[in-house]
Amino acid sequence: MSDRSPDSVLKRAEAFAMELAPRAGEFDREERLPREVVERMADEGFLGATVPVEWGGLGLTPIEYGELTEIIGKACASTRALLTVHASLVAQTLAGRTSRRIKEKYLPDLARGRRIACFALSEAESGSDAGSEAGGMSTRYTRKGDVFLLNGRKKWISFAGIADVFLVFAVDNGVVSAFLVDRDMPGVETFSMSGMLGNRATHMAEIVLSDVEVPAENLVSGIGAGFAFVANTALFHGRYSIAWAGVALAQAALEEMCTYAVRRRQFGSRIGSFQLVQGMIADAVTSVSAARELCVRAGRLSAERSPDAIAATNIAKYFSSTAACRVTSNAVQVLGGNGCWNGYPAERLFREAKILEIIEGTSQVQETLIADFGLKTFSRKG
Amino acid sequence: MHDSGTPVDAAPDMDVRESIRGYIKDNIASLGEDGLRDDDNIFEKGFVTSMFAMQLLAHIESAFDVEVPDEHLNLHRFSSVERMAEMVSELRAVRRE
Repeated sequence: MSDRSPDSVLKRAEAFAMELAPRAGEFDREERLPREVVERMADEGFLGATVPVEWGGLGLTPIEYGELTEIIGKACASTRALLTVHASLVAQTLAGRTSRRIKEKYLPDLARGRRIACFALSEAESGSDAGSEAGGMSTRYTRKGDVFLLNGRKKWISFAGIADVFLVFAVDNGVVSAFLVDRDMPGVETFSMSGMLGNRATHMAEIVLSDVEVPAENLVSGIGAGFAFVANTALFHGRYSIAWAGVALAQAALEEMCTYAVRRRQFGSRIGSFQLVQGMIADAVTSVSAARELCVRAGRLSAERSPDAIAATNIAKYFSSTAACRVTSNAVQVLGGNGCWNGYPAERLFREAKILEIIEGTSQVQETLIADFGLKTFSRKG
Repeated sequence: MHDSGTPVDAAPDMDVRESIRGYIKDNIASLGEDGLRDDDNIFEKGFVTSMFAMQLLAHIESAFDVEVPDEHLNLHRFSSVERMAEMVSELRAVRRE
């Protein structure tokens, strides 16, 4: 890896994105990210962007990492998803909330991209309610001497098809705990999933765990820390990444619609001169600017380790993902028939944006959390 | 919003309780008629959900300049003002050793 300075990292990311963008449609159609793309992400150090330098990462600040996410995400959503899953959901969580032993065992390899990680929380019957007592999580763990025995099935797991390490959440008598499971542990199987709306090249798979013996040292934090601390920390990092992913898609869609609107002629005029088209462009320009500022604010609060960063991140994710949906939808509208055809990127951006309203907490979950924050913060006490 | 940015390193235990109590009150829409007692289980009483635990963790680490180790990361430790104050007290004692 060359220069680790943030300026150099972001310049290299821009150069890589120029190569990546023309291939994003191909990755989407073939539903796979070529190995050389993953290796380039590793070689450039991007997969260790969130990991402190002492553990082999780039140690980027949250805002620098957000800028990296936007650059990669604007070029290819599936490649950006690798950052979200590997660097945010797993590596950043392990860098902050695990024993030194786990860090020594996993972090240097994750930071350098020698091993790829994925985040295994969702199940067929367990999604937004994974952390609730009534949640349907069915993956179980039991203590058996020096190991934990894991049994169950995880679904919709991005990069499970190629990952070497899985951060798995399991339950025992209502107590959720988190474990690091290696792909080569006996009893681990993955089954590829296909036919997704977006994130098609993320090697999504189901993970089946059958009497998998996980060493006790692979327990992440303590027994019972699984959802309240580990999953919530991971989802906090993941939401921040998704917020920037929304900025990336909306910015890409804005550029597509503006480029098209200044060239395409209808009724003898460029469509960019029509006020109803201008309305969509104005909304896109404003939405992208506002979403980016919310992301920067969340990043600043996160860098300050402020408890307010949690609410700010929820707000940024909610605004950015809904804005990305609206802006990419309008890009399709401006491009008309060409917007509905995969010869242009607009239809892919539109499909990718919808994913952001589902993952790392749906928009409805964000609304609940933000409303709760509003009631606590803005109600007059006494 | 309650100020969590100024470490109160030298604060005696009562001030620690007051700070934690204040932070929780600032983050609860309504405490109901009974208010918040130091031994109330804030999760069981429905004042907050387990998602708030992470926020409490961030508040405790920044307000009292301590690092909460892995083995303390369970909801029991964060379930009441009393238990959180005890934890802060333990962590400070370890730091002084």
